[in-house]
Amino acid sequence: MIVMRDVFKAYENGTKALKGINMEINDGEFAFLVGPSGSGKSTIIKLITGEVACTDGTVIVNGFDMNKIKLSKMHKVRRTLGVIFQDFRLIEDKTVYENVAFAMRVVGASKKEINKRVPYVLDLVGLDTRSNRRPNEISGGEQQRVAIARALVNNPRMIIADEPTGNLDPARSLEIMMMLEKINELGTTMLVVTHERELVNQFSKRVIAIDGGRIISDGMDGYYNYEEQ
Amino acid sequence: MGITTMKSNKIGYFLHEGISSIFNHGFMSFASVCIIIACLLIMGSFSLVALNVNNIIEVLESDNQVIAYVSEDYTEEEARALQPQLEQVANVSSVVFVTRDEAFDEFSGQYEDTGLLEDLGSDFLRDRYEIYMDDISLMQETKTALEQVTGIAEVSAHLEIAQGFTAIRNTVSIISLILAAILFVVSLFIMSNTIKLTTFERREEIAIMKMVGATSAFIRWPFIVEGLFLGLIGSLTAYVMQWGVYRLIEDRVVEVSGLAFLEVIDFNVIAVPLLIAFIAVGFCVGVIGSSVAIKNYLKV
Ligand SMILES: Nc1ncnc2c1ncn2[C@@H]1O[C@H](COP(=O)(O)OP(=O)(O)O)[C@@H](O)[C@H]1O
Ligand SMILES: [Mg+2]
Repeated sequence: MIVMRDVFKAYENGTKALKGINMEINDGEFAFLVGPSGSGKSTIIKLITGEVACTDGTVIVNGFDMNKIKLSKMHKVRRTLGVIFQDFRLIEDKTVYENVAFAMRVVGASKKEINKRVPYVLDLVGLDTRSNRRPNEISGGEQQRVAIARALVNNPRMIIADEPTGNLDPARSLEIMMMLEKINELGTTMLVVTHERELVNQFSKRVIAIDGGRIISDGMDGYYNYEEQ
Repeated sequence: MGITTMKSNKIGYFLHEGISSIFNHGFMSFASVCIIIACLLIMGSFSLVALNVNNIIEVLESDNQVIAYVSEDYTEEEARALQPQLEQVANVSSVVFVTRDEAFDEFSGQYEDTGLLEDLGSDFLRDRYEIYMDDISLMQETKTALEQVTGIAEVSAHLEIAQGFTAIRNTVSIISLILAAILFVVSLFIMSNTIKLTTFERREEIAIMKMVGATSAFIRWPFIVEGLFLGLIGSLTAYVMQWGVYRLIEDRVVEVSGLAFLEVIDFNVIAVPLLIAFIAVGFCVGVIGSSVAIKNYLKV
């Protein structure tokens, strides 16, 4: 669960990225976060992952107060989150299998656990036949599915995706969104950042629209309507 | 399963990652090992020179005594009775009584033509004590204390020589300390830059590790292992080279030198402390250098 109360963020250079954000995302929910470029979407994601700290207000992520948590405990928050980016962020010299296994290994999972869990998630994202390929030997859509598998593998409570389909064609994008929807149905909370209107409107989900660092609409009608505000 | 397999799994991972990245940057690894060897050899050589200078000075110092002259109106018996009192004086390690006759014999033995001296007889000389000290740098204080003893008429001391020895010792020690400090910092700098190369190359991997919730310690270990190996390879190689160089010089000095005081400390005496010192430097340079290199990546 995410709670933001009167959250402000100004970067070191003075840019006011967020100007009083209030929102709540409950466990099991699927929410789109939409808005034009530069509106503050990625800043919200970075507040949730602890990459940046807010200037004012309260951010609570899966029970952790992000203003109070020590740097040495930050990994605890991150283990409750799976993160997906537009540019996939895979390790180029590792195979698909190794990329996913790596995420388990670095949080201290045993070989046995890894050998059991990785094939399962690769199967879930439809990549069981691609395990031994390297990222540059598979398509963009497949690379993003590797990133999804990696985000899923440690069984996070929530997945956060920052423009996950930004580098993909419409058909691949739809495929990825449907996969995220399926994962959400299995119980993982989902927060998806995008600015693709067509895509959002194909789903009936909660849409939080943001512009100029403020929330301008938040509704369940599944309509990406920030332009009309 | 269980904790033990998990741990050995982790340690295996750290070792594998750390060592393989040494070979991935073969050239930089080689260069940093060479720099560490060079720094350690210079540090080591200076320290060994300092040690030997100290040793030689100690030998010379032990010959450097103070002469305390007994008052002329004291009989030999009375003069001898002063010995316990002189031995009580602080910093005095031993005293040797010399009668005026003995002093005369020694004195006249230094001259070819003793005719003139024989006319004078031993009467113009006084009974005396040769006083040896624990710490020659305290010669002035000891001299003053000896002069306080009743029956001692005069104390002669070669203060300039004592001061000279102390000055040489201090200078050599200070120079080798400063040099060691500078070279240590240089080694650290080179080491941290080598490891920085690895951290830069693996910055995406580090970002992914943080993103999925690896602890800072877990992220740090492979780099520490890399630094540690480079440091230890450097220090052990430097040690073997230092040994060879020292032996070579030792043999030369023994061969060439006819001077009794120019005695080189046997390598066997310093072998173990030197090895410990080299390993300690290699260890510190490796661990501190890599910690500095990775620090910036662990801030968020
Ligand atoms: N590290 C940064 N330093 C300074 N300004 C930044 C930084 N990151 C983002 N910004 C600014 O903050 C605003 C919001 O950025 P961002 O959250 O990335 O928007 P979005 O993801 O919606 O495109 C923009 O004006 C952007 O230029
Ligand atoms: Mg963005």
